[in-house]
Amino acid sequence: MAIIETRKLTKSYGSIQAVRGVDLSIEKGEIFGLLGPNGAGKTTTIGMLCTIIRPTSGSASIAGYDIVQRPSAVRSKVGIVFQDPTLDTILTGYENLELHARLYGITSALRKKRISEMLQLVDLTDRRNDLTRTYSGGMRRRLEMARGLLHRPAALFLDEPTLGLDPQTRARIWDYIRKMARKEQTTVILTTHYMEEADQVCDRVGIIDHGQIIALNAPGNLKESMGGDLVIIRTKEPPLVKIKALPYVREVKFNDGVLEITMKDAHLHLSGLLFMIPGVECVEIRVPTLSDVFIKLTGHDIRDDSAEDSGSWIDSVARYRQKGK
Amino acid sequence: MNENRLQKELMGVLAVWWREFKVFQREKSRIVSSIVQPIMWLFIFGTGIGATVNMSSINYQDYIYPGVLTMSVLFGSVFFGLYIVWDRKLDVLKAVLVAPVSRISIFLGKVLGGCTDVMLQIAVLFLFSFLFPAVNVWGIPQALLLLFITSVALVSMGLALGSLLESLEGFQVISAFLVFPLFFLSGALFPIDDKLPAWLTGLVKLNPLTYAVDGVRGALLNINVFPFYLDFGVIVIFAAIMLLLGSVLFSRMK
Repeated sequence: MAIIETRKLTKSYGSIQAVRGVDLSIEKGEIFGLLGPNGAGKTTTIGMLCTIIRPTSGSASIAGYDIVQRPSAVRSKVGIVFQDPTLDTILTGYENLELHARLYGITSALRKKRISEMLQLVDLTDRRNDLTRTYSGGMRRRLEMARGLLHRPAALFLDEPTLGLDPQTRARIWDYIRKMARKEQTTVILTTHYMEEADQVCDRVGIIDHGQIIALNAPGNLKESMGGDLVIIRTKEPPLVKIKALPYVREVKFNDGVLEITMKDAHLHLSGLLFMIPGVECVEIRVPTLSDVFIKLTGHDIRDDSAEDSGSWIDSVARYRQKGK
Repeated sequence: MNENRLQKELMGVLAVWWREFKVFQREKSRIVSSIVQPIMWLFIFGTGIGATVNMSSINYQDYIYPGVLTMSVLFGSVFFGLYIVWDRKLDVLKAVLVAPVSRISIFLGKVLGGCTDVMLQIAVLFLFSFLFPAVNVWGIPQALLLLFITSVALVSMGLALGSLLESLEGFQVISAFLVFPLFFLSGALFPIDDKLPAWLTGLVKLNPLTYAVDGVRGALLNINVFPFYLDFGVIVIFAAIMLLLGSVLFSRMK
């Protein structure tokens, strides 16, 4: 059964449509990533699902409760970690969790047990009595995630959970997200614009651009849709006909001593391929990434309305790459 | 089902109250400074003015004691309420506002929290009452009740204004055009009698705080301008209006 269902979910601010008719169905226990550049509508979508923002039209339900009809029931079923930190820095880590437990109506008998469970899960037990203003960025984020899970929500929303953290801390945060999702059996919906990170963590991703979902699939399938891996070999006289006949090879191009082969599962077939080619000088493998998928998908978009100024970094990267071709 | 809902809301009120109390305990410097200021009014201002002012039946310092208590309630309450501007700026409130608790319960929790802070400060000031020989100790409970209701009204007012303000800059404006006029026009520092010019008497009578000061002075010193039921009635109505206004504005915030 789907934990989250949206139908034509739309939000407009005046004449600007931030989210245009999003249809999603997210299963229980899934880690779902909503990917897109800044301003694509990720945060607005999450805001609507958490009943913070009222949709202009369309509908959505979480754990069977309609977000407009039953906001209070929805709120008790979701946990949220906002993009900007929202910890009470004048309270200790433990007190932050206690405040949350009280607000969500967790009785005092359960409270203690649940709080120490969650502190343990994010490895903050020994810092529980320190004021959160003394915590590092990564610790704060972890405590916020623990807070979001405290009331056993059906769905946990993480809006840019690794934004503003250094790479090492980011990797740790993703480890915690995986661990928490498994241990608490919670559905996790996260937004990010770090494509590689989403690729590693998410079961499925939805790519959102200009308020619309333009792709929705498992990261592997999305990369697969790029046509396969690209192997670039520098060599003098490749046996082109023999290479083309291989079952896993899709496309072969050769000019000026550079052989470009588009193929499936290059990591499995590379050694066999190299046996056939004499005088190999160097080899390079390019495996498509989610970023490539995104650029491919939105690239068309940018060409269609090139007059429109789209200032986000991913757009400029895409434009740069197109120029390079 | 309905009872369950009510219980959840009540837990929400208590949760916010609990948080405010924790913060109060932690911010010791705020408590100390909130007590030092009225003490300066009593001992420096009171003694200085009292040296030249001659009141027929009572020492000037004793006379302004109820007024300074009310002033502490005014400053403490309004600024507590305005503090949510800061909470909003730091996004502290955001996590609270998405909890499955109604805005009104959060508002009530804040009001209770503010009143608790202020009343604890007032309790400390009452410890000094032995220095003012005219004060009737048996009137203290009645004075506390009046000050509590006044505090409910003023914390609500502060929260109402705080929900409207976007930035901390508004603080100065509210101090200058609301808090200080309310204080100076309340008869906290001077008696309301026929020696006052008519315009001033008129303004003083329009100020709901005048009735709080008069009520507290009546309870502690047995000096009233208005009958007790009028003092009590005015501040209860003032508190009711402010609670209503505050809960509406707080619910609409952002």
